[in-house]
Amino acid sequence: MSDFLVTIGLETHVHLKTRTKMFCGCKLEFGTEPNTHVCPVCLGYPGALPVMNGEAIRLTVTAGLMLGCEINRFSTFDRKNYFYPDMSKNYQISQQAKPLCLGGGIQIETPQGVKLVRINHIHQEEDAGKIIHYARYSGVDFNRCGTPLMEIVSEPDLSTPDEAMAYLQSLRQILVYAGVSDCNLEEGNMRSDVNVSVRPVGQTELGTRTEIKNMNTFKGIYAALEYEIERQLAVVRKGGVITQETRRWDADIGETQSMRSKENAHDYRYFPEPDLVPVILSEEQIAQWRTALPELPSARRVRMMEGYGIPEYDAGVLADEKQNADFFEACAKISGEGKLVSNWFMTDVMAIMNETGKSITESTLTPESLAELITLVTDGTINGSTAKELLPELFEKGGTPGTMVEERGLAQVSDSGEIDWFIVEVFSANEKSVNDYLAGKKAAAGFLVGQVMKLSKGKADPKLVNSMIARKLAEMN
Amino acid sequence: MEDIGNLTLAAALKGLRAREFSAVELVRELAGAVTRRDDALGAYLFFDTDAIVQQAAASDQARAAGIDKPLLGVPLAVKDIINVMGEPCSCASKQLAGYTALYDATVAGKLRAAGAVFAGRTNMDEFAMGSSTENSAVKLTRNPHDSERVPGGSSGGSAAAVAGGIAVAALGTDTGGSIRQPASFCGCVGVKPSYGRVSRYGVTAFASSLDQVGPLTKTVEDAALLLRELAGFDRHDGTTLQCDVPDYTAFLNEDLKGLRIGLPQEYFIDGSDPEVMSQIKQAIERCAAAGAEIVELSLPHTEYAIAVYYILATAEASANLARFDGVRYGHRTANPETVFDLYAQSRAEGFGTEVKRRIILGTYVLSSGYYDAYYGRALKARTLIRNDFAKAFESCDVLLTPVAPTPAYRIGERTQDPLKMYLGDVFTVPASLAGICGIALPCGKTESGLPVGLQVLGPAFGEERIFKAAAAMERVFKV
Repeated sequence: MSDFLVTIGLETHVHLKTRTKMFCGCKLEFGTEPNTHVCPVCLGYPGALPVMNGEAIRLTVTAGLMLGCEINRFSTFDRKNYFYPDMSKNYQISQQAKPLCLGGGIQIETPQGVKLVRINHIHQEEDAGKIIHYARYSGVDFNRCGTPLMEIVSEPDLSTPDEAMAYLQSLRQILVYAGVSDCNLEEGNMRSDVNVSVRPVGQTELGTRTEIKNMNTFKGIYAALEYEIERQLAVVRKGGVITQETRRWDADIGETQSMRSKENAHDYRYFPEPDLVPVILSEEQIAQWRTALPELPSARRVRMMEGYGIPEYDAGVLADEKQNADFFEACAKISGEGKLVSNWFMTDVMAIMNETGKSITESTLTPESLAELITLVTDGTINGSTAKELLPELFEKGGTPGTMVEERGLAQVSDSGEIDWFIVEVFSANEKSVNDYLAGKKAAAGFLVGQVMKLSKGKADPKLVNSMIARKLAEMN
Repeated sequence: MEDIGNLTLAAALKGLRAREFSAVELVRELAGAVTRRDDALGAYLFFDTDAIVQQAAASDQARAAGIDKPLLGVPLAVKDIINVMGEPCSCASKQLAGYTALYDATVAGKLRAAGAVFAGRTNMDEFAMGSSTENSAVKLTRNPHDSERVPGGSSGGSAAAVAGGIAVAALGTDTGGSIRQPASFCGCVGVKPSYGRVSRYGVTAFASSLDQVGPLTKTVEDAALLLRELAGFDRHDGTTLQCDVPDYTAFLNEDLKGLRIGLPQEYFIDGSDPEVMSQIKQAIERCAAAGAEIVELSLPHTEYAIAVYYILATAEASANLARFDGVRYGHRTANPETVFDLYAQSRAEGFGTEVKRRIILGTYVLSSGYYDAYYGRALKARTLIRNDFAKAFESCDVLLTPVAPTPAYRIGERTQDPLKMYLGDVFTVPASLAGICGIALPCGKTESGLPVGLQVLGPAFGEERIFKAAAAMERVFKV
């Protein structure tokens, strides 16, 4: 690949996190019965008119501000005309001439260092419905029709599939941070069209590009890019010519396939949407939205390192997901033990998240309950393993650790008298091991400690058991 | 009860309030007239006497319970393009034959709240595209003054019903003259409100930046009464203006003294029917005699209005009518092979010639490579036309012009020549492009007895001015 340069640009469609659709009052809810969240407006019935959802404008502008875009004070909507059964009006309300946000960019990490990927613009538009194909006919579900979307169009500043991934991950993180979108890939909250071209080193003019449409997984985008770059290189190396066309990624076969060439490209016949007045944003309005912006993940990482005394690595992992960082900070503030909270979260909580596939917000674990659990360990009420046993239950079912410990009698036995009884019992039942120890087999002590712990049903304070057994054996020696 | 044929909305209200007759008696009388005369006239597409009597009975009960509302018990005919829940709304198209409205248009909801009785759906040019109602896919409507002539259009059914005495008052829509021109052809009053004055929500769209709902009535007073109920901001229509609605009936008793009436020279050039021009000139003389000040002025970009209108209106229509595809409602072709077939066949079968012509024209002017030459330039010219009017209203209070260059023409006379039909909109289209308000009212008749209407134009959201002028003129002309 060294004799060729690759150029990649992305157009990313992101569902905005509004309560209702872009132009009507229908609720946005994923996975509901087909055509239950519809009305004359989103079904394109005669006479129905769109009314702008102001929250969608605020979210798009918020995204623009997070990404360093210039906000158009005067922005307009256009009709994009094409016939398709999932588009109830047979035109899509979009923005072409005057989009809400211009410019901006995202910094990504590459092996060559930090790189700025510029954004051309962000515009707002409505999503289409979904076509469902059956054996002998097809149906349309309009629940999604009219969902507010923003399309973030990058400049062709990316050169590898890895850079494209870094860009998308960073974009996703920022948008989730900003509360603009859930960016839930499974629900199709974030879909990308990819433009890619190759050209020989030394050529300044970009090669002919192809566009791969509508991919909703990062893995798919990566694989499609890898495939398409190889395909183009193979064509060019054989002296062939790349045709400008739209292609489709077939994940099952693992290849891109031609959909339509430039000659057959749609003529969308854009024109100003006469049903919507222009969006005029005042300086005060934009300033107000700007002050409400959340901090970027990179800034949060630094602040959490300094504020809670946690290592850079921990801060980085926690800051990656806004909800994790939010949880951590809330919990650390309650418990006052930043490092301990971070340890528990990074190892035990995240392990349960991985196992169950649930995010922290989907779980019943609260910052309060985790903080209480940690306190129970530090003040010696329970031991670490008891806490680890309680954690999955707190995560899946919830509850108050203090009450659980009390009700189930899980408190650590730190009463040396009680432990003494356990030791006497264990020693008499395991005379051989005691003799082994006395004969010089020091490992036998560990076995005896284990037996005491077992007898106490794990409640004995292991430190205390250790020292008491050691003392007793020394006495016998 | 006064002869139902001459009963005005104001008189109907008065009679109902004075308990001289009940709403049920009124609508039964009306239904009788419709039965007797609409076979010849063809104004209505749908008139369900039982349902109308039921509504009337409900309003009588309300009145008996001591309730009064601005239009309680008054029957209104509605152009078949305005959605009234549960009633047909075919837009006189095969595409929507049998379609029942799922919801109330905002204007329908307002009239319902004002106590009006929805009394029949009137004929129109298919999807409001036309100037003679001959483009109705359902039936022909005849001019009440000469059954061999057209009633004008596209609100021809509403105008014919009102002028023909088989509606107390009616609703129409005006995109490029569709209320004013049929009012002129049939000899009744018609108002095109300023763009943004009346909600378009629930009115099947033809050209979104031009469409407005307005009244067709027997008198200026009736139009004022009706528009007062129709007008106002609507959160379902982002293009309505958030401002107060004046009580238009408060401007009906002033005279013409000192009123500055502008005459745009471009509306008085040769080419119009001499009889029409002579009636208009006489009307101007009578206004002057009554104390109005006549101001001659110019609207220099008038000549571009027809071209601009037929570019912008068809472009918008090409998108607005894209939704009629046979997928969710309306006509659907039998056994389509592919999705493309479903679209192409359903639309080919459902739309009439004029609608297809305008969709094709609108698609063409928006096409890649042609946009700037047509749509882009038309938008610029529209601004010039708007500026013309703004400047004119600096030196006059209202403008006075003919509504149409001719009186009602013969049925079939222009159907083979669409361009000639389009040119008939020359005096109504500029005000539509400018978004200003206008009223058409009768000012005389030709020798053969055809009505001639004149148009009074006022600035945007200056409806009180046109009501004031028109009410005074109405009295002057009657003397």
